[in-house]
Amino acid sequence: MAPALAVHELAKRYGSVEALKGVDLSVEEGELVGLLGPNGAGKSTLVKIAVGLVRATRGRAEVAGARAGSRAARAELGYLAELFRFPGWYTADEVLGLHQRLARSEGGAAERKRLLELVALADARDRRVDGMSKGMQQRLGIAQALVGSPRVLVLDEPTSALDPAGRRVVRVLLEELRSKGASVLLNSHLLSEIELVCDRVAILRAGEVAAAGSPSELSRPRGVELETDEGLRTVEGATREDAARLVAEAVVAGRRVYGVRVLTSTLEDTYLEAVGEEVS
Amino acid sequence: MSAVLTIAGYGFREALRRKVFAVVVLLTAVFLVLFWLANHYVFTRLSTISPPADVNVDTRTFAGAFLLGLAMFATLFLGVVLAVFLTLGVVSGDAERGLLQPLVVRPIGRTTLLLSRFLGAAAVCSVYVLAVYGIALTIIDLTGHWTPPAKVAPGLELAGGVVIVIALSILGSVVLSSTANGIAVFMLFGAGLVAGLLGTIGHALNSHAILHASKVAAWALPFEALYQDGLRLISSNASGLTGFLLQLGPFGGAYVHGWGIRVWAAGYLCAALALALLAFSRRDL
Repeated sequence: MAPALAVHELAKRYGSVEALKGVDLSVEEGELVGLLGPNGAGKSTLVKIAVGLVRATRGRAEVAGARAGSRAARAELGYLAELFRFPGWYTADEVLGLHQRLARSEGGAAERKRLLELVALADARDRRVDGMSKGMQQRLGIAQALVGSPRVLVLDEPTSALDPAGRRVVRVLLEELRSKGASVLLNSHLLSEIELVCDRVAILRAGEVAAAGSPSELSRPRGVELETDEGLRTVEGATREDAARLVAEAVVAGRRVYGVRVLTSTLEDTYLEAVGEEVS
Repeated sequence: MSAVLTIAGYGFREALRRKVFAVVVLLTAVFLVLFWLANHYVFTRLSTISPPADVNVDTRTFAGAFLLGLAMFATLFLGVVLAVFLTLGVVSGDAERGLLQPLVVRPIGRTTLLLSRFLGAAAVCSVYVLAVYGIALTIIDLTGHWTPPAKVAPGLELAGGVVIVIALSILGSVVLSSTANGIAVFMLFGAGLVAGLLGTIGHALNSHAILHASKVAAWALPFEALYQDGLRLISSNASGLTGFLLQLGPFGGAYVHGWGIRVWAAGYLCAALALALLAFSRRDL
């Protein structure tokens, strides 16, 4: 079975700028993949090629086995753009109705109600878009992307305009989608969000994949920290398997052990290492 | 088909919501009131005009055709204003504002989307042009008891001219920013009008060079040629000195006319749309 989304040797050039330099990436069925990287790393370009908004200079992108941008690919796709807007005079319900017709969804009023509830906008069903806060519009955008229960969901910065409560709504939603087996490509600046919900992470830097793997694979052991009556001591290079032995040795040596902590590098450490602490 | 109707309806609702629509409707109402007043006074005083006995001028036909020509010019101008403001940002403007991307990724595709936007704008503007033209005809008939020899065809040609401007504006919106596109289309429209006036001057001066330039411009910008052909049709039964005076313009005569320019205009419209679709299919958003 073809992956939900796959890009192979994908390259894109804007004039003299090489935004992507041959990227390979796939999102398998039911997988939630996070895309990380500094501004200008090529994340949005990759996402836009995947959904057919931008044409690749080289390489290929496929959605459910169909060429990205083709009618078959678009039929399998739900997309939330980084920068988007809905007509201000449409109500939330009308926006979803419009996209139902365009996506040929037969979900009707029941689907619209379910989606609005899912993004905590049930009370705003008849509110016009121009009367909504940015956060509400962002959540409406997510609901719009879910119209027709697409096989592949591509979310470009879905939490950029949200407050902490709104982010939580989206995080819960992503976890629910994952539990239902949806395939998601999530482009976000928020490392904590990616770390919490993604099965795999790809870190882009200057148009190339600088690091990729599951969050746990990308988090390497940094030692074990022991708190004894002599104070804090870090045993460099030790792993989780060494923790029990280190405690036993300290006890045998007559130390009182108050605590033990296995240290691992965070996704943030890995990210900063991969992008070279680049500030954009 | 339902996707076409959905997007056309989306464009129609957008058109009605735009302030430019309200402005055009208001200006149209003002124009029609003034036009009625002008007709009232012109035709009331027509009986007091007595040309010399050796000058054979049909004053009613002259006044009626001249006033209807004026109404056609105003209708074309307002129709073009409406058309340009409804379509100047259909691609670039909507993409910059983020309105386009959620629609383009849907299964309907770019071709259907752009054609639907064209059809929506063409429907709004055609109805507008035909309505204003029809009201102007009715005003002249009621106040002056004059009707042109051809009533429907000139209105259709006016609407056709506006539809061509819509296609050019949509093509421009694919490759230019909204502001640049608006300026470009209005300049093209202005160039067409100037070319039409040049033809009139060329006719009066019997200058073949000016007439030739006017004809080239009419083929290059067929919306102007359709308007001129409409003017020709409303005064086609004016002969002798009446016809000559109307030919002096600015609201009479056509130097490129007939089925040739109509077929060319239809082909031109299709070519402009095809070019717009091709450019849109290759455009990064």
